Amino acid sequence: MQSRRKLVLATVAAALFVSAVVAAAAGLMLASEADAAGSGRTTEERVVALAVLALAGSAVCCWAIVWLHRQYVEAPLRLAEELAATLAHSGLRIGAYRAAELRQLAKVTNQLLSLRQTREDDVAERIREARASLEEERSRLAALMADLSQSVVVCNLDGRVLLYNQRAKQELSAGADGSSAKLLGLGRSIYTVFDRTLVEHALERLQQASRDQSATGSRPLIGSVQFVTATPAGRLLRAHMSPVIGGEGQHAARVGGLSITGFVLVLDDVTTINERHARRDELIQSLLERGRGPLGSIRAASDMLADFTDMPVHQRDRFVGVIRDEARVLSVQFEQAAAAFSNDLRERWLLEEILGAELVAVAARRIGERRASERRVLAVKTENLDEDLWLRVDSFGLLQAIRYLALRLQDEYAVREVRLSLSRSGPLAQLDLSWLGTSMNNETAMSWLQDPMTIGGDVSPLSVTEIIERCNGDIWFQRERVSHRAFFRTMLPAAEAPKDLPRAIVVPGEGDRPEFYDFDLFGWSAAGHELDDRPLAELSYTVFDTETTGLQPSQGDEIIQIGATRIVNRRLLRHECFDQLIDPRRPLSPESIEVHGITPDLLVGQPTIETVLPVFHSFCADTVLVGHNAAFDMRFLQLKEKLAGVRFDHPVLDTLLLSAVLHASQSSHRLEAIAERLGVSVFGRHTALGDAMVTGEVFLKMLPLLAEMGIRTLRQAREASQRTYHARLRY
Amino acid sequence: MSKKILIADDEQNIVISIEFLLRREGFEVLVAGDGEEALAKVRTERPDVVLLDVMMPKMNGFDVCQALRADPDLGGTRILMLTAKGRDTEISKGLGLGADGYMTKPFSTKELLAEVRKLLGI
Repeated sequence: MQSRRKLVLATVAAALFVSAVVAAAAGLMLASEADAAGSGRTTEERVVALAVLALAGSAVCCWAIVWLHRQYVEAPLRLAEELAATLAHSGLRIGAYRAAELRQLAKVTNQLLSLRQTREDDVAERIREARASLEEERSRLAALMADLSQSVVVCNLDGRVLLYNQRAKQELSAGADGSSAKLLGLGRSIYTVFDRTLVEHALERLQQASRDQSATGSRPLIGSVQFVTATPAGRLLRAHMSPVIGGEGQHAARVGGLSITGFVLVLDDVTTINERHARRDELIQSLLERGRGPLGSIRAASDMLADFTDMPVHQRDRFVGVIRDEARVLSVQFEQAAAAFSNDLRERWLLEEILGAELVAVAARRIGERRASERRVLAVKTENLDEDLWLRVDSFGLLQAIRYLALRLQDEYAVREVRLSLSRSGPLAQLDLSWLGTSMNNETAMSWLQDPMTIGGDVSPLSVTEIIERCNGDIWFQRERVSHRAFFRTMLPAAEAPKDLPRAIVVPGEGDRPEFYDFDLFGWSAAGHELDDRPLAELSYTVFDTETTGLQPSQGDEIIQIGATRIVNRRLLRHECFDQLIDPRRPLSPESIEVHGITPDLLVGQPTIETVLPVFHSFCADTVLVGHNAAFDMRFLQLKEKLAGVRFDHPVLDTLLLSAVLHASQSSHRLEAIAERLGVSVFGRHTALGDAMVTGEVFLKMLPLLAEMGIRTLRQAREASQRTYHARLRY
Repeated sequence: MSKKILIADDEQNIVISIEFLLRREGFEVLVAGDGEEALAKVRTERPDVVLLDVMMPKMNGFDVCQALRADPDLGGTRILMLTAKGRDTEISKGLGLGADGYMTKPFSTKELLAEVRKLLGI
């Protein structure tokens, strides 16, 4: 309606304007005719009037054109620009326009933009939620894995480790000398721990064992294989290998119609089991073989005695003597075997270590539970509790036995309160269940201990005595007339506190993923990629730093500390680090002590460089080395290569040089300065590991900035580094 | 002429019985307490049968057996190995090295006698 009115207005205005021009022209013509008629106006006056009229007319025209241009040409162009900007930033809105049409257009556009933003936010929120739940699931998995008593390692088909648990780290990382070489790590090759041919052979068998039978209508068969191998520390591991099925793509292998993307290794330490089996075999073997001789002699002698009854007495005595001698020999052998075997026999029961105090506490709780058949709850007191006493028992059976005795006391002797005590007695633990009153006699007690246990309606096939014997203990009934108390006393062998370290449950920090797994590595494949042309984001790095006795490696300065951490899949692995002091075999200068704070006494008894470097070398396997001012550290490492028998020919990136690439105009490329520029908080500096961590963080912040500059591959990063001024510095 | 039998065993307690038994059965019995003595006695005394224990000092039964079989002059000597181990692998080793029979301790003396008679063809 309004636009129509505008059209009418514009038409009227144009008509009026044309009429005015025509009227003016007509006026002039009439005026000139009047002049010709001799009225008193000069020609000059008429020219001036005409000029004024023309000027005024032009001005009006110009103004109208400019106004129209602004309103209907410039404004739409501006609108188009604004719209183009909203393509990139969904938060932007179209501004105000004078023209009502454009205002209308802007309004609708803004509505559209708002709608788009809401949708985008919604999608982002959903992605965030999905990711969070995925992370949560993964964390839960990691926590679960961490708590397993078996070692678990998951690898992709290249043998790269995607996941491992705490137990695997403990078992597989221990070096031959008891040192922790930490060779198990995310993205690392499993072949640093296991023999490659062994695993490949197992994989081959696995592929043979797995096949898809969907053609015949039955379900796919997923096979598994087992093999036994030894760790560097000399432990025997039984590995159970099964495939990770699923996922199409270039990193999967098609086997019998199944797509295998990796494999799971579940590892059991069978060293002790194997030792036990070997010992048992040896025992049986020796019993069999050493027994044959004496038995042969006895049998032959007895045959003679039986077959030749007419032999003279002295002959007879000789055969009897043979039988007596050999029987004695057999007896001794038998006793030895029995003694050796009894320990192994005990192992057959599932005995577990339990803190004695804990067992007593549970027993007290179980006894004190209200029973349906009984109005009164049996009171339990504990006394003389040895808090540090460990037992190795069948705790379930033992608890059952204690409860059975206590409840029977309540039922048959109306005992209202029992006491439990646990104390050490030499190599044994003494567990007493005592009560007031001595009316029970030995025969009753004996039958309680030897009859199958009955609690409520439950009948156990075992007697108390059997359970206690199973725990390698002994139980008896005793009375103390003085204190008017009676008790069942159980003697059990005291055990050592279990040596296993408590396993840490992995709790991811804020925004921090636990570092025991990285399933994104499934898609990794080293094959077919030259390291140089692989994206920086995809590479594994060892970020390292050294502390030294001084700055002149060529003049005898030595490394005294190496600290390193790893970056895999753009994550700094804080749990997989290398931190080692090194005996430099030379005195430290006071100035250097001021820098690194490592005093000579800290270096006493530390390994020397030629034992540390091979370990560090395997820590760095298959990675790109990253250091701040790496040339300096590399020089120290390379000078020791011959001595240590390893070569550090890894690709190297230097955060100092990369900083110069990124911020060429900045004057300082000190680690602190870079860290500050990139917003990395600095702590623990001037320990090798602390510096390595900071360097790693800095390097991670650099990666996206480098990508913005078009530096995406290792080759590009190295070339850019070389071009910078600092690359010409030589040490 | 009575057959001559050599018992090569260092276990005195089994030798007593076998010696007694074989003498009662009318054989001429020789005894050797170790491998080397056994080998020497076979060469000088030429017994018809050697009862050869595997586990003996100085030279074990397998080595004695091998040495005897390597000597063509002694081809007629029958060898019956006695062992206190009785693993199948060991038995096949003894037979492979040329023993004519094998008995695992403890054995019944009747079986031993039957085996000796069989080897002598009587």
